[in-house]
Amino acid sequence: MNPVNYLYLSALLFTIGAAGVLIRRNAIVVFMCVELMLNACNLAFVVFSRMHGNLDGQIIAFFTMVVAAAEVVVGLAIIVSLFRSRHSASVDDASLMKL
Amino acid sequence: MSFPLLTATAALPAVGAIATAAVPAERRTAAKWLALLVSLGTLALAAVQLVRFEPGGDRYQLTESHAWIKDFGVRYELGVDGIGVALIALTALLIPFIIVAGWHDADPLETHSSRWRPTQGFFALILAVEAMVVLSFEATDVFLFYILFEAMLIPMYFLIGGFGDRAHEHGDEAAATQRSYAAVKFLLYNLVGGLLMLAAVIGLYVVAGTFSLDEIAAARANGSLDMATNTERLLFLGFFFAFAVKAPLWPLHTWLPNAMGEATAPVAVLITAVVDKVGTFAMLRFCLQLFPEASKWATPVILVLAVISIIYGALLAVGQRDIKRLVAYASISHFGFIVMGIFAMTTQGQSGATLYMVNHGISTAALMLVAGFLISRRGSRLIADYGGVQKVAPLLAGTFLVGGLATLSLPGLAPFVSEFLVLVGTFSRYPAIGVIATLGIVLAALYVLVLYQRTMTGPVKAEVQGMPDLKVRELLVVAPLIAILVFLGVYPKPLTDIVNPAVQHTMSDVHKKDPKPVVEAAQ
Amino acid sequence: MENLIALLIAAPLLGAAVLLCGGRRLDAVGHWLGTLLAAVSFGLGVALFADMLGRSADNRAVHKHLFSWVPVEGFQADVGFQLDQLSMTFVLLITGVGTLIHIYSIGYMEHDENRRRFFGYLNLFLAAMLLLVLADNYLLLYVGWEGVGLASYLLIGFWQHKPSAATAAKKAFLVNRVGDMGLSIAIMVMFTTWGSFAFSTVFNQVGETGWGRNTTVGLMLLLAACGKSAQVPLQSWLGDAMEGPTPVSALIHAATMVTAGVYLITRSGAIFNQVQDVQTVVVIVGAVTLLFGAIVGCAKDDIKKALAGSTMSQIGYMILATGLGPIGYAFAIMHLVTHGFFKAGLFLGAGSVMHGMNDEVDMRKYGGLRKYMPVTFVTFGLGYLAIIGFPGLSGFWSKDKIIEAAFAKGGTEGWILGAVTLLGAAITAYYMTRVMLMTFFGEKRWNEEETHPHESPGTMTIPMIVLAFGSVLAGGLFSINESFVKWLEPVTSFSHGDSPVSAGVVTASTIVVLLIGVGLAWAQYGRKPVPVVAPRGSLLTRAARRDLLQDDFNHVVLVRGGEHLTRSLVYVDHTLVDGVVNGTAAGFGGLSGRLRKLQNGFARSYAVSMFGGAAVLIAATLLMRAV
Repeated sequence: MNPVNYLYLSALLFTIGAAGVLIRRNAIVVFMCVELMLNACNLAFVVFSRMHGNLDGQIIAFFTMVVAAAEVVVGLAIIVSLFRSRHSASVDDASLMKL
Repeated sequence: MSFPLLTATAALPAVGAIATAAVPAERRTAAKWLALLVSLGTLALAAVQLVRFEPGGDRYQLTESHAWIKDFGVRYELGVDGIGVALIALTALLIPFIIVAGWHDADPLETHSSRWRPTQGFFALILAVEAMVVLSFEATDVFLFYILFEAMLIPMYFLIGGFGDRAHEHGDEAAATQRSYAAVKFLLYNLVGGLLMLAAVIGLYVVAGTFSLDEIAAARANGSLDMATNTERLLFLGFFFAFAVKAPLWPLHTWLPNAMGEATAPVAVLITAVVDKVGTFAMLRFCLQLFPEASKWATPVILVLAVISIIYGALLAVGQRDIKRLVAYASISHFGFIVMGIFAMTTQGQSGATLYMVNHGISTAALMLVAGFLISRRGSRLIADYGGVQKVAPLLAGTFLVGGLATLSLPGLAPFVSEFLVLVGTFSRYPAIGVIATLGIVLAALYVLVLYQRTMTGPVKAEVQGMPDLKVRELLVVAPLIAILVFLGVYPKPLTDIVNPAVQHTMSDVHKKDPKPVVEAAQ
Repeated sequence: MENLIALLIAAPLLGAAVLLCGGRRLDAVGHWLGTLLAAVSFGLGVALFADMLGRSADNRAVHKHLFSWVPVEGFQADVGFQLDQLSMTFVLLITGVGTLIHIYSIGYMEHDENRRRFFGYLNLFLAAMLLLVLADNYLLLYVGWEGVGLASYLLIGFWQHKPSAATAAKKAFLVNRVGDMGLSIAIMVMFTTWGSFAFSTVFNQVGETGWGRNTTVGLMLLLAACGKSAQVPLQSWLGDAMEGPTPVSALIHAATMVTAGVYLITRSGAIFNQVQDVQTVVVIVGAVTLLFGAIVGCAKDDIKKALAGSTMSQIGYMILATGLGPIGYAFAIMHLVTHGFFKAGLFLGAGSVMHGMNDEVDMRKYGGLRKYMPVTFVTFGLGYLAIIGFPGLSGFWSKDKIIEAAFAKGGTEGWILGAVTLLGAAITAYYMTRVMLMTFFGEKRWNEEETHPHESPGTMTIPMIVLAFGSVLAGGLFSINESFVKWLEPVTSFSHGDSPVSAGVVTASTIVVLLIGVGLAWAQYGRKPVPVVAPRGSLLTRAARRDLLQDDFNHVVLVRGGEHLTRSLVYVDHTLVDGVVNGTAAGFGGLSGRLRKLQNGFARSYAVSMFGGAAVLIAATLLMRAV
């Protein structure tokens, strides 16, 4: 199968993720969309690795996963504490730090 | 390796600054004496420089050179020419007077907590400024100079913003606001100038590949470094703008009256007599030496700006109601003379400008410090609040008058020599500009005498009654300054002997010769 | 012997330094010290004079180079002295009259708590004035020139608590500074033209340069002379300068300093002789001032101001004479010396009158004082006869010569000048007779209960007597064998000129106009009683009381105009120059305010801008690649 098709898939996933980040208000959903974008990138990395015949892309994909895992921990903690203090998970409500 | 005299002259006040700052809160007086001793030590080192400097010798003497930031070719290079050594002497001479004059200016108020240490800070900052100014007169590496040029803004900012005229400021919020406005204005003006200079410094490095003044000058002289006309002009403008802000030249002058008005008198002297001199000094050393062609290209415009400064500053001085602002505008007028002398491109003009820097430093110090003593007695800077001081404090009035007469360049006092040299030097190349600038001497008489008349003569005002005359400490500040003014007015030869060879070098940098007298030229 | 020249200046300078820095400890002896040092200077002057007389006329000039003052390449200013016949004349006049006035001041200033300071200033003046006349180059002369200006400033404003005195002092210094500007421009032109401003170099080379530069130098020197010598248009300060103590008016504003302009022009004769046009201007200035001062002198009721007008007018005579060239220089200086005697004497007399009259200066409140102050009356009277040119007295010899020289100028000019000088002589006789009659003759117009006129003490009368002798004899002595002219001839050169009118006719006509002037004054002030309150007077009288309105002109044009100018500049500086800067700052503040609004706190709008930015970057990269 032509690896370019995987790239199309990756672009599609990324676009879905980006649209979710921009459109949805619920922090959890936004968060999941961010994850979706990250994984879209991972897919693209792996595809490129395959296309170019070296391991660079796969290694970077691993790094991304590690970073994403760390990010999930921090991000979920923030969301949980936000929900606790404000009883809402809407990102639009969390605008306290603007000037 | 010989003793690094130049480094020592700058290092002593720097170390002294740290030591002074570290003195415990309750040992205030010790901090003052320490600062005074350090400044006197620096004066001694400056005197050694003067002695060891050979007027007829190499252009830069007592040189030191060490690698600093190898990757960018930045070196710690020091050296002094006659102009530098004269200005270092001026700086080292004035700082002890500034310290003694400001002896009580930073005593903590009773309302402050006992851990508050403004006194230590005040004197440490003054010494820090001295260290940086001295080193900037010594630096022959453009980058090193740039760093010092900018760094001295930091202590100056705190000196202006942090310490006002104590006598009338107990808890005065409006005065504090005014002061911080002045300090911020000072900082912003100079930072903008400094930024342009930074761009030009980097540009210079890109073009020349080195920051060393010597190497660039040598490369320019033997033709291996050929700048395109436009490049040279742009770089020149970058440097000149920074120096013109510092000098200050019309229309970049408006920070000076605010800064001098709000700062205490000793700090005002520090600004105008010491720090501002770095600007005019740098015009001579960097603008003319690095960019001779561009300097000549810009001369007409700069001369016009200088003449405007002279007349405009003097006219505004006449219109001031505040003693310190009046002196500030007078200084603007005087800086106009200095810049005019530098860019007249004659030996007389540039020698005169250098002497002017020294003499203006001393005469302004004399006038401003006495004005400060006056202000501290009455707690007001407004001219209208005084009258008849001569009757109650004749010594104060007398020294004030001498300071004023020096400011108006009375023959017999030092500023006359320099002012006349600048005028003659300018006149011999640009007669029209020289004649217009001569008007400045009439206006100078006007603002000085009006100031004297309104404050010192006439019936004694009720608030002035009982004003004490100069105390011993104050007299110790003023009397030596006046003695130097008289000495340099009658016998300026020691100074001209040091300055003349340096000016010869600058003149050959720009490939200019003095115009010949008409009679001689005809033969 | 020439080493004494520096000492001549050093003695009073030392006095000034000691007296001004010495503090109150010297109050008891200050006046004696000051007088002693002035006398020492006079003694040295006499010694040098004797030495000079011992040499032949051509070898009398002495030069003494002291040290190099400001050496900068081509610009070589030296401190050097030149003592020739012209300088010698001045040295003797300055130190001689100066010493007398020091003695007089001991009595006059007896009750002033600042007497020591006064003598310090007087000594300072002597030193500066000697420096002025002894300098061998223009720059050093300039030092003395401003030095006397400073001394004059300090002395006019000696009673600083009086606002009028402080204002008068400031005015004198400022007007003089305008003249000084002329002198400094002249020196600058000299330097660019001849490469030097030493007398010898300049005078030797002056023939080699063109009309333009010589004219400029001449006009600028004239401007300087106008300032110092109170000539039109810079005359306005002299009348106000009478605010100073009377000895000051006698020494500085009558006998010595105000004649510095005459010295300057005479000294620069070599330059003025080159340019006829400038000489014409000099003559016009002199003639105008001579009438101006005389008219003002007629209208003043203040005895000192009347005498000040007279001084202005007499210096007008001298300036006019210097403008005549070699015909006139010697006579200008001769009149200067005789004027020094009689005018100093008159001022001292006026001071003596004021001393006895509780410092009243209004002549309308004098009257009949000759009985109460006999010595003052006689000495003042002799000075009076001298100044109006009574035959045989000093003024007669010197003024007569100037009138002759004016006719000798030749052509229409000569006639006009002759007529002006004759007219001036008539007016002089008129106003001086008026002063004399109002003060010493007629009814008593003072309040006998408050005022007790009395003769002044010996320290004051002795100098007056000495000066009176000078006023009587000097002119005659100078004219024996034309000795004074011959004495000065090596310096100023001399030519007789062809007068269309014979000397006898001139003398006769001066006596006639003298009688007319005296007669008119007698008709007005002698025959009928003088009103205590000044009558309204004619338009001219009222204008003359206000110094012919030129002060009003100065006030409206210069003072008011200047005030408006500075005020508007302060406004401009604050709103425009500073405004641009503050405006820039405000602009950035506003801009940042706008930009701040973009940070609305909505995470999703930040995300939009992020995506947008990324898209733009990618698009740009692709575009660059395509290109």
